[in-house]
Amino acid sequence: MNGAISPTILGRLEWLSLPFVRAWQNPTPDELIGAGAATIVVVGMAGTIALITALGKWRYLWRDWFTSVDHKKIGIMYVVLAFVMMSRAVVEGVLMRMQQATAINAPGIVEPDHFAQLFSTHGSIMIFFMAMPFLTGMINYVMPLQIGSRDVAFPLLNSISLWLTGGAAGLMMVSLVIGQFSTGGWSGYPPYTELEFSPDVGPDYWIWAVTLGSIGSTLSGLNFAVTIYKMRCAGMTMMRMPLFCWTTLCTSILMIFAMPPLTVATAMLALDRYLGFHFFTNDLGGNMMNYANLFWLFGHPEVYILILPAFGVYSEVVSTFSSKELYGYRSMVIATMSIAVMSFTVWLHHFFTMGQSASINAAFGIATMAIGVPTGVKIYDWIWTMFMGQVRFTVPMLYSLAFMMTFVLGGLTGIILAFPPLDYLVHNTLFLVAHFHNMLIPGLLYGMLAGYHYWFPKAFGFRLNEKWGQLAFGCWVVGFYLAFMPLYVLGAAGMARRTAEIFEPAFRPWLYVAGIGALILLAALVALFVQLWVSIREREANRVDAGDPWDGRGLEWSIAGPPPEYNFAVLPTVSGGDPFYTSKRNGDAYLPPERYENIEVPKNSVVGPLLGVFSAATGFALVWHMWWLAILGMLAIIITVIARSFIRDTHRIVSATEVERVDLAWRDKLFASRSISREMETTSANQGFAEVAA
Amino acid sequence: MSAAEAKHAGINLGDSDRETHEKAGSEIFGFWIFLMSDAVIFALLFATYGVMLRGTAGGPSAADEYRILPAFIETLILLTSSFTFGMASVAMKHGRGLRTVLAWMVITLALGLGFLAMELRDFSTMIADGALPSRNGNLSSFFALVPLHGLHVAAGCLWLAVMLVQVPCFGLDKRVKINLLRLGLFWHFLDIVWIAIFSVVYLQGLIR
Repeated sequence: MNGAISPTILGRLEWLSLPFVRAWQNPTPDELIGAGAATIVVVGMAGTIALITALGKWRYLWRDWFTSVDHKKIGIMYVVLAFVMMSRAVVEGVLMRMQQATAINAPGIVEPDHFAQLFSTHGSIMIFFMAMPFLTGMINYVMPLQIGSRDVAFPLLNSISLWLTGGAAGLMMVSLVIGQFSTGGWSGYPPYTELEFSPDVGPDYWIWAVTLGSIGSTLSGLNFAVTIYKMRCAGMTMMRMPLFCWTTLCTSILMIFAMPPLTVATAMLALDRYLGFHFFTNDLGGNMMNYANLFWLFGHPEVYILILPAFGVYSEVVSTFSSKELYGYRSMVIATMSIAVMSFTVWLHHFFTMGQSASINAAFGIATMAIGVPTGVKIYDWIWTMFMGQVRFTVPMLYSLAFMMTFVLGGLTGIILAFPPLDYLVHNTLFLVAHFHNMLIPGLLYGMLAGYHYWFPKAFGFRLNEKWGQLAFGCWVVGFYLAFMPLYVLGAAGMARRTAEIFEPAFRPWLYVAGIGALILLAALVALFVQLWVSIREREANRVDAGDPWDGRGLEWSIAGPPPEYNFAVLPTVSGGDPFYTSKRNGDAYLPPERYENIEVPKNSVVGPLLGVFSAATGFALVWHMWWLAILGMLAIIITVIARSFIRDTHRIVSATEVERVDLAWRDKLFASRSISREMETTSANQGFAEVAA
Repeated sequence: MSAAEAKHAGINLGDSDRETHEKAGSEIFGFWIFLMSDAVIFALLFATYGVMLRGTAGGPSAADEYRILPAFIETLILLTSSFTFGMASVAMKHGRGLRTVLAWMVITLALGLGFLAMELRDFSTMIADGALPSRNGNLSSFFALVPLHGLHVAAGCLWLAVMLVQVPCFGLDKRVKINLLRLGLFWHFLDIVWIAIFSVVYLQGLIR
């Protein structure tokens, strides 16, 4: 059973690479958990395939979704991917909390090596395959609608980005079933991840999954930036854009400039591991510090790539649910831009303790504290937006409020960490773990969930269930505080992060509380899924066909929910900020267009799915040293791209009569809807037609 | 806004082909952004080369091993190829006919391939002398930076070859023209990167 099965064909794949075989030979709880996870992946995959086959939906999925280049469908697929990956990573997080709660002077439930894989996959997935797809999907869906565009600038490239990300996420899932994942953490620091210390396939899975994901994100950033610069509708000047578009623009710019350092870092690590280069090795002139600098040159802007879109969502949500113009729009724009620029000046605070002089640390410490200023400006702006407004405590608003309070707390601990002498005390402890969860859960997850609740009626034409939404919200908030506040205490008391076994019994109560918190977070996730289920079942009662359930402000609310594939029957012209809100007040919203014209839309393309599959296959082949497959995969990628360049028939026309028919059908529903006041917006009376006080 | 107004940096088609010009704005702008992102990759590799200059671990450094004369000739070849591609772009813009465009593209491709052949010979000489990337960090960083540029040139050559098929196939239609504009930017960008490589890597090696 030992040794490679067939080195020429299957590379270094062994029978023991399969967790089922390992569990059969050595049925410890640890191996059984591994095999169980693999079983869930296999059964889940098989079950999904069987279900789709049984329902006869393959054709539909392929034609209407997988090959679609429509930004709205791509956005939805991104968010679905984010939810799937989030489910796995949340379970891993819970498992880690359970391990630490049970491993106090005891071995706990998983082996140290397995524990290391858990924190590596948890981090990698949450950043690259939950957060990134979630925000990319949100931007994809919303931004073109907000600027009054029919699509993004490069629809096919958009599909390619999606499928590269999907392929990369696929690699992450495959690593559960075949082989093992890296034990080097989400940041994959060499020399530990070099061949000398990690000769297994784990770091290779990490390298190729992250590389594919980062290329996908670079291309997404490029696409969004060009869309915002070039595709705004008439009258939509930069300073009239909804704030979400501004944060999207800044995030895109960060993606364009900050993802390449990651690609360079992983590529160099790959050269070290595959071709014996010496970038980061301990010997022969290698220098690990280069990796630390490259990685965090990406890693810190990445934090703002994640947080800025959520800031955009909060700006939209707070303004809409306070029925007030966003306070200090201009200061918000300046703050967003400042954050984007300053995010490139602080990366060194991720390794204050790694040997540079005190003066360098001081400079980066000051820069880090300074970046809190524009963020503070934003918090005040949101508070002033609510002041004297008609605040409604809908689910998105609840997330926004929880964010404001929790995020400020995390910001304060950030200031502590930004101070080098204090960082020396708490670095590499659970204090840090508590800090970044305290930033990213409110600063990313709550924002994305707020956006999910806020724009869901736009995307699917019905509202999400409010009760289950509130329950999920409560669990996320309570779970967060219980799970992570104890970690501050533990970190300050000196408990190192990533510890598989604990020898200090005094930590026990705190670890128990954190464990309970983790379980509540799991319940929050379950509540989200139940909410989706319940909402789909009750969809007929909660339809908002008219498309404007919240008395929205931006152009996205001025069209049907869900919008037609070309978004706007006639491209809008705007003459100020909050264009739809204003025109409702002026009584010139919903004016029928004078005439309808043919609309050119891009045709579906198989290129995206093909490139995703080929690049994932190439990555898999490189992980296992199946050189023939790697070469084949790369050739297939090149051939696909070239073949596509010969296809001339890439667009089709939606006829003016068809556009007119769809538009009139929507207008019929619109005028049949009853307009409702804001008190009734979370009831079934809400058909998406807002009552406007004259 | 007149049709002839520049919509993007570089050669604009407003004077000769308004319809393509209208569409070129976002397409070419997108490609500029891609190039900027690519430039970050090169910048980081330059930085890495800089900090690893002394990482020779008792072995040879890249500067001990490469020969300046072939590198100089390669520079001349690549600069010339940028000129010839420029001629292809100008011919395309002013409708000088397919044959002229194709001829300049073929010359460019030949020069590109010549550059690659010479560069490969340089590398094989270095490797034959024992200056392998696995020898030390200095050589690792050299062999990441310079061949990555070579890989870009190879991709450019492949792209040129594809365009050499597409120009006769489709004529100078909108997509072919925009693609040629993009390829032009790519080709000149590689020139600029090479000038940086020649100065920072090759010439710097001489002054020590």
